[in-house]
Amino acid sequence: MDFNFTEEQEMVRDGLSRLVREQYDWDTRREVIASESGWRPEVWAQLAELGILGMPFSEEDGGFGGGAVDALVVMEEFGKGLVVEPFIPSVVCAGGFLKHAGSSEQKEEHLGAIIDGSRVYAFAYAEPRGRYNLADLETTARKEGGDYVLNGHKAVVIAAPWASHLVVTARTAGERRDSDGISVFLVDKSADGVVTRDYPTVDGRWASEVYLENVTVPASALVGEEGAALPLIEQVVDEAIAAASAEACGAMKVAHAMTVEYSRQRKQFGVPIGSFQVLQHRMVDMYTEYEQSVSLAYLATLKLDGSERERKLAASTAKVRIGQAAQYVGQEAIQIHGGMGMTDELAIGSYFKRLTIFESEFGNVDHHMKRHIALS
Amino acid sequence: MNLEFTPEEVAFRKEVRAFIEENYPKHLADMGMREDMSPEDMVAWHKVLGEKGWSVPAWPTEYGGTGWTPTQRYIWSEENARVNAFMPLPFGVSMVGPVIYTFGNEAQKEQHLPGIRSGDVWWCQGYSEPGAGSDLASLKTTAVRDGDHYVINGQKTWTTLAQYADWGFFLCRTDPDAAKPQEGISFILIDMKTPGIEVRPIKLIDGGYEVNETWLTDVRVPVENLVGEENKGWTYAKFLLAHERSGIAGVARSKRGVEKLREIAGSEVLDGEPLMSDFDFARKVSQLEIDLAALEITELRTLAGEQAGKGPGPESSILKIKGTEIQQRLTELTLEAVGSYGTPQYGSIADAGSNQYPVGPEYAQHSAATYFNMRKTSIYGGSNEIQRNIITKMILGL
Ligand SMILES: Cc1cc2nc3c(=O)[nH]c(=O)nc-3n(C[C@H](O)[C@H](O)[C@H](O)COP(=O)(O)OP(=O)(O)OC[C@H]3O[C@@H](n4cnc5c(N)ncnc54)[C@H](O)[C@@H]3O)c2cc1C
Repeated sequence: MDFNFTEEQEMVRDGLSRLVREQYDWDTRREVIASESGWRPEVWAQLAELGILGMPFSEEDGGFGGGAVDALVVMEEFGKGLVVEPFIPSVVCAGGFLKHAGSSEQKEEHLGAIIDGSRVYAFAYAEPRGRYNLADLETTARKEGGDYVLNGHKAVVIAAPWASHLVVTARTAGERRDSDGISVFLVDKSADGVVTRDYPTVDGRWASEVYLENVTVPASALVGEEGAALPLIEQVVDEAIAAASAEACGAMKVAHAMTVEYSRQRKQFGVPIGSFQVLQHRMVDMYTEYEQSVSLAYLATLKLDGSERERKLAASTAKVRIGQAAQYVGQEAIQIHGGMGMTDELAIGSYFKRLTIFESEFGNVDHHMKRHIALS
Repeated sequence: MNLEFTPEEVAFRKEVRAFIEENYPKHLADMGMREDMSPEDMVAWHKVLGEKGWSVPAWPTEYGGTGWTPTQRYIWSEENARVNAFMPLPFGVSMVGPVIYTFGNEAQKEQHLPGIRSGDVWWCQGYSEPGAGSDLASLKTTAVRDGDHYVINGQKTWTTLAQYADWGFFLCRTDPDAAKPQEGISFILIDMKTPGIEVRPIKLIDGGYEVNETWLTDVRVPVENLVGEENKGWTYAKFLLAHERSGIAGVARSKRGVEKLREIAGSEVLDGEPLMSDFDFARKVSQLEIDLAALEITELRTLAGEQAGKGPGPESSILKIKGTEIQQRLTELTLEAVGSYGTPQYGSIADAGSNQYPVGPEYAQHSAATYFNMRKTSIYGGSNEIQRNIITKMILGL
């Protein structure tokens, strides 16, 4: 048993933390997310230069030989600074598909571009009526000669406005919600028939509705086996859950620290509000929720290499419990800030909003509770 | 003991329902409070009710009240909630109006009550300050007598909708040397067009602008605008806070909210079935409805007490705490119901002047913003912690 990070991981953490501190202060972030582009490609380039984008990939894939624990370190720091740049969509998700199932040609074409930051990828899996069921797909891919023709509507695709490529899940056979018959495709966003509708999200990121209207892709766009991709998708989503859990932990840590600090500064009735025991105990509960969350983010991360059942159980365990914690910590942070917590002037509101949306990402509490029950 | 309505009450319900159906502005139907609402929309129903003579039901009849019993008023609020009506704002009708007719002089009643009834005059509440929130009595804004004027200096904050206000009621310190901070405060009415008042908007986390900072610099206000006695303002403010609290439970509105939630969860699908038929979700909606039933009967008991001549006591703090928790839970479950379509930010799409078709179902569009916004309800009107302190002191005697 060992819960220590390696020296390299600590170095990455320090480097990232410095970058966030120096270039990602909340005012700058606020300006950037309100700007037309909504993110900073130059920060992305810097992350590539620092080797961050290549951390979770093996050396033979052009990476630095790390894995999920490295992604955890990165996302915790992202969470602390509410970094909006698309590490999970591009590196964890698209990178994950390629790492696990990409052909050598696909890796060559796409992994290098992910690692050096020259291209951003988004993961288009959710659909308007599929809720959180990864197999509930109305999007279809029809084989036509040597090509596939894609049709469908993908909902709230995070980071798609910044992406040049999409990883799309689609049904090549079977009925809606069948486990079999699902395939994964790499789609160039500039391909004919890809229509996107871009918008900001309430937690400071950007997303798109993606409409696929007779989009023709070559057979070489298929990742993994035709019709047998659900286990692969589940694996990648569990990896994304572990990374997002770490992000939520980072955000909770800062939200808690800000609240404790505010309660020291803010005086009412002639004393700091932090001296009221009822608030002290709630800040203790926030802290406890945070610590429990960190434990489960570790669990979800460390079980990614376990058996399929272990991995799924751990991911759902983390997503349920951290989803609950994120809601509690966010709400209490606002409450203890009083009116100030309601304003757009303080960073705390942004942490609250990010923690709110975390709950619905990659399946909400109820979804993962059901999955946990099914596996138990 | 019984819960039945009398035949007269049933007839009353029919009458007000018909009136609402006929007269509630169609374009506002079922919209509730929205961050993109215009000021005209916010007073539209108030004006209709003013004409009808129904805008201030709870007031004594001599000042324009309807003479309805508390039960009738309850029916009235239920019927309005059926269409999710945007009710007259509380600042005039439930706050300053009762203070003026209870403690004000004849000239003040004559000057101010008609405009409050008709909805022609917009009021705001200038109590809180940056340093004086929960500890309101520590407020620092001063009013210094200079001939037949007060000269007022200070900063108020969180002044709701002051950007549209014609008048404001302010708490100001008139005796800085009073033995207790509560004793040196006066209740003063201020024309918001008086020179020296500056209202600066505060953006909230939902993107809306419903509160403001209100700066007062050498604002000269005629002494006639003092309500009641100098240095007795705290008494009037406390009287008003009790009024503010009794309406805050929002039972009727929450009942409509639960109905709406059921509709939304009936349209959302989980594995091809309506979300509403999912046991996990249905259980949460029922839990909410059960909590609401308890609150409703508690409120009715309070109303019955009022009907028997007992004023709202410290138990109204229960109504505030449970009422706001339920309102917040409702927004939580609505956001949960809409799934991923709670994530897009709709406000800024409109800001950007986009004419593109909306994203996701219509009912999802304000779900996150409303959830964020409703966190305010456990903070304002005396935070829920302060309400618990009141119960601790006044009821438990600790
Ligand atoms: C949207 C909105 C609209 C508002 N509209 C108006 C308006 O129109 N006019 C107006 O005058 N004011 C208005 N207010 C102000 C509101 O009344 C105050 O926000 C409220 O009184 C709390 O004060 P505060 O924000 O300074 O928080 P604080 O008093 O600083 O409280 C911070 C936290 O400490 C807790 N706390 C404070 N004291 C104690 C204690 N003794 N024991 C335990 N916990 C404690 C609080 O409950 C809270 O959680 C509005 C506020 C909001 C958010």
